[in-house]
Amino acid sequence: MNTFNAKIPAGALHEKWDNYKADAKLVNPNNKRKFKIIVVGTGLAGASAAATLAELGYQVDAFTFHDSPRRAHSIAAQGGINAAKNYQGDGDSISRLFQDTIKGGDFRSREANVHRLAQVSVDIIDQMVAQGVPFAREYGGLLDNRSFGGAQVSRTFYARGQTGQQLLIGAYQQMARQVGLGGVRLFNRTELIDTVTIDGRCAGIVVRDLLTGEIQSHAAHAVVLATGGYGNVFFLSTNAMNCNVTAAWRAHRRGALFANPCYTQIHPTCIPQADETQSKLTLMSESLRNDGRVWVPKRADDNRPADQIPEGERDYYLERLYPSYGNLAPRDISSRAAKRLVDKGQGIGPLKNGVNLDFSAAIERLGRDVVEERYGNLFQMYERIAGEDPYKTPMRIYPATHYTMGGLWVDYELMTNIPGLYATGEANFSDHGANRLGASALMQGLADGYFVLPYTISNQLASLLGKTIPGTDHPAFKQAETEASARYNGYLNVKGKRSPDWFHRELGKIIWNECGMERTREGLQSALSDLPALYEEFKTDLRVTGTGDSTNQTLEKAGRVDDFFQLGMAMCQDALTREESCGAHFRSEYQTEEGEALRNDDKFCHVAAWEWTNDPMKPTRHAEELVFETAHLATRSYK
Amino acid sequence: MSHLKNLKLKVWRQKGPADSGHFENYTIDEISDEASFLEMLDVLNEQLISDNKEAVVFDHDCREGICGTCSLMINGVAHGPQKATTTCQLHMRTFKSGDTIVVEPWRATAFPIIKDLMVDRGAFDRIIESGGFITAVTGGAPDANLIPIPKPVADAAMDSAACIGCGACVAACPNGAANLFTAAKISHLNYLPQGQAERHKRTEAMVETMDEHFGSCTNHGECSAACPKEISVDVIALMNKDYRASKFKNRKELSR
Ligand SMILES: Cc1cc2nc3c(=O)[nH]c(=O)nc-3n(C[C@H](O)[C@H](O)[C@H](O)COP(=O)(O)OP(=O)(O)OC[C@H]3O[C@@H](n4cnc5c(N)ncnc54)[C@H](O)[C@@H]3O)c2cc1C
Ligand code: SF4
Ligand code: FES
Repeated sequence: MNTFNAKIPAGALHEKWDNYKADAKLVNPNNKRKFKIIVVGTGLAGASAAATLAELGYQVDAFTFHDSPRRAHSIAAQGGINAAKNYQGDGDSISRLFQDTIKGGDFRSREANVHRLAQVSVDIIDQMVAQGVPFAREYGGLLDNRSFGGAQVSRTFYARGQTGQQLLIGAYQQMARQVGLGGVRLFNRTELIDTVTIDGRCAGIVVRDLLTGEIQSHAAHAVVLATGGYGNVFFLSTNAMNCNVTAAWRAHRRGALFANPCYTQIHPTCIPQADETQSKLTLMSESLRNDGRVWVPKRADDNRPADQIPEGERDYYLERLYPSYGNLAPRDISSRAAKRLVDKGQGIGPLKNGVNLDFSAAIERLGRDVVEERYGNLFQMYERIAGEDPYKTPMRIYPATHYTMGGLWVDYELMTNIPGLYATGEANFSDHGANRLGASALMQGLADGYFVLPYTISNQLASLLGKTIPGTDHPAFKQAETEASARYNGYLNVKGKRSPDWFHRELGKIIWNECGMERTREGLQSALSDLPALYEEFKTDLRVTGTGDSTNQTLEKAGRVDDFFQLGMAMCQDALTREESCGAHFRSEYQTEEGEALRNDDKFCHVAAWEWTNDPMKPTRHAEELVFETAHLATRSYK
Repeated sequence: MSHLKNLKLKVWRQKGPADSGHFENYTIDEISDEASFLEMLDVLNEQLISDNKEAVVFDHDCREGICGTCSLMINGVAHGPQKATTTCQLHMRTFKSGDTIVVEPWRATAFPIIKDLMVDRGAFDRIIESGGFITAVTGGAPDANLIPIPKPVADAAMDSAACIGCGACVAACPNGAANLFTAAKISHLNYLPQGQAERHKRTEAMVETMDEHFGSCTNHGECSAACPKEISVDVIALMNKDYRASKFKNRKELSR
């Protein structure tokens, strides 16, 4: 077991970031244009980084598999973005946001990173407002806030139910300006399929043009992966259909450590699955829990419609179990509570696979207009999907996979263990520990791209000044191109019977059942015997129709499912070896008498960082010890 | 949950930009009415793969009506029959057993067909690159509450900013004009106090880039009727007014 140097700067917690910036090497403005930086991904984390790096004068090449940067999955975020502005004067501060995030993550994240995140959160709101993001406002013209799970203050900024869309359009527009000015070259509909390391440094990437199938290399002084999360390993999740792990996984196979893959978040409020053709699940923003009350009938198999069940026969279980946070208990806790009641037969709806989220009290108290103003578009979305009117009957909700805290291991500079290769946004593991608080992913993506990476990236680049870097004619690039094209031709040539989607669905079922909301040793062991068997079948019975030289979404999918298989094995091994419960990782063997997560700080107060060994069933586990200087390791309680 | 039976699909198939393309007929024997329209196409594609045929290419991603990636003319209507609804949010309960459904790509000169139902909407990005932003270099912004913005102004900006860049307005327009999209983008920024400094420059650049790529608007109003986000045609009037003003203002500035 190795230990890693996370390069945490010296000094008191609140001085570390300033100390770092004071000491970091800079690149002078005239020299910046001599450096080429590749940014893969144009979501919040990628677009903000590409725009800012180009403004600073670096040459930036930006890649996305989407047709336009504005489509990145960040667009789907509904509820809001946190910042320690304390505009409501309700006792918020940088230190409180830091404490909430550390506690929310169940003491499995790095103090220094989290504190920096809380510090720069305030700058994000200023930046986004200056760019024209139409955040919600009070009648006096000042910014409005709401509260989110895991917090007792109102620090969440929002733009109706479309916060992610508005933030992404802001970052995209700033990046588009640079495209117009020539600072950013944009490669759309282009997928990263490998990274290349030469002499221990990241030298560039190999990409596939999704319209022509052409495989090409790009060399650079630094590569940033802002490629999002891997929640789609579960097949059914709230992620967009094309979200995948390929970029991070291919970097992992080339030596980048993958941290805490088993930390995956299940969101408590999604629309339950309706039928067998379902391709994805839709989130209903957590902000709804500000005014909606969660309940199930007290009696199992109570089939009466909600409005015919008298108050006394309803169990408002979150208010009962967690009186101080009530309906705003954090995500992992609310999700498990829902699962337990549904498992006991108290679920509602045609398939008995949901719980009620009821707005009748809020409508009575505030009036329909106010509720409509706050959540109108979410109600509309619900009605379209579920075919029921939430102003009249409670929403039916159930937990679904939503976000992945795990990701590429990065140090304080957001650099992976491969010099020159960085990971930002949901693609890295850094700030949320074992559970992310609502409205903190948008904050982290933008913090990384706007206010962290542009400072930290120069520290490495400065040492490359005046040196030549390997070009794409280097044999290592050629080798990677050959391997990549063999891989894609291979999928076409299996000529078996099952589509990539079929395998994805089956894979997803295994992961959801054994590595989902509750995990057990036996379950994980059985997943670890089922997965390799199914993966063998994938290699011999896959069918990809069409060809490799024009748009072929079946072929794209095959490559992504291949990587999901390998990731799935890593997740189960990570979950099996972490013999404790923490945050979203809940092992049934490790719980308190009241059914809450039971951490084992003596043995597992560390980050598990996995190294690829060419056999997906035998990765090597490394650990980065977590040291808490400011926060007190405590049992997380929301009672 | 009930099921629809025996749906007839007429789907546009086109091998690539140079191919002339044609309709293919397919049948879906049975599908749940809870399925979305795109899930119905997933079922079709699984069927095609199992028959050893190439799957139909179509753009989609979020399937929540927010990313603007999905498209499709369904029975000749952009995003299909349900008002204010993207194709991905359309559900099969809108159709009946035995229905014939015609599925085509967006048809507009500025959106060339890539393959089957997928088109290239890159011209929208060109419009934004030409001026659809507020210049605010990272790091230099003042405190966010320094400039109060009256709620009605913020709300109007948000109404315009709700545009998802799907291109239905262009597909629905008999002239293939992009006025609704461009005006939505311009008005979002032009309403806000932060957007005033570049108001005229922005408007002129975006309108002229739009004119390079797209047809011209003759006030049919089909765009707004097809728009899944119900962007109002009023934004077009604002854009036209600002464009006239910008021609005048920008000329004055140039002559200085
Ligand atoms: C439905 C939903 C609602 C949410 N609501 C909230 C919320 O209210 N508040 C909050 O804080 N968070 C929310 N989240 C989480 C948050 O939206 C995401 O974590 C965050 O937006 C991720 O941003 P990102 O920039 O890291 O990645 P993404 O936005 O996912 O962008 C990834 C980018 O990488 C590109 N890419 C990926 N792989 C490759 C490849 N191999 N080659 C080329 N390009 C590639 C993609 O094209 C895309 O541009 C929500 C998430 C979901 C699913
Ligand atoms: S204006 Fe409406 S139809 Fe046009 S691109 Fe925007 S959302 Fe789509
Ligand atoms: S797939 Fe995103 S809007 Fe339809």
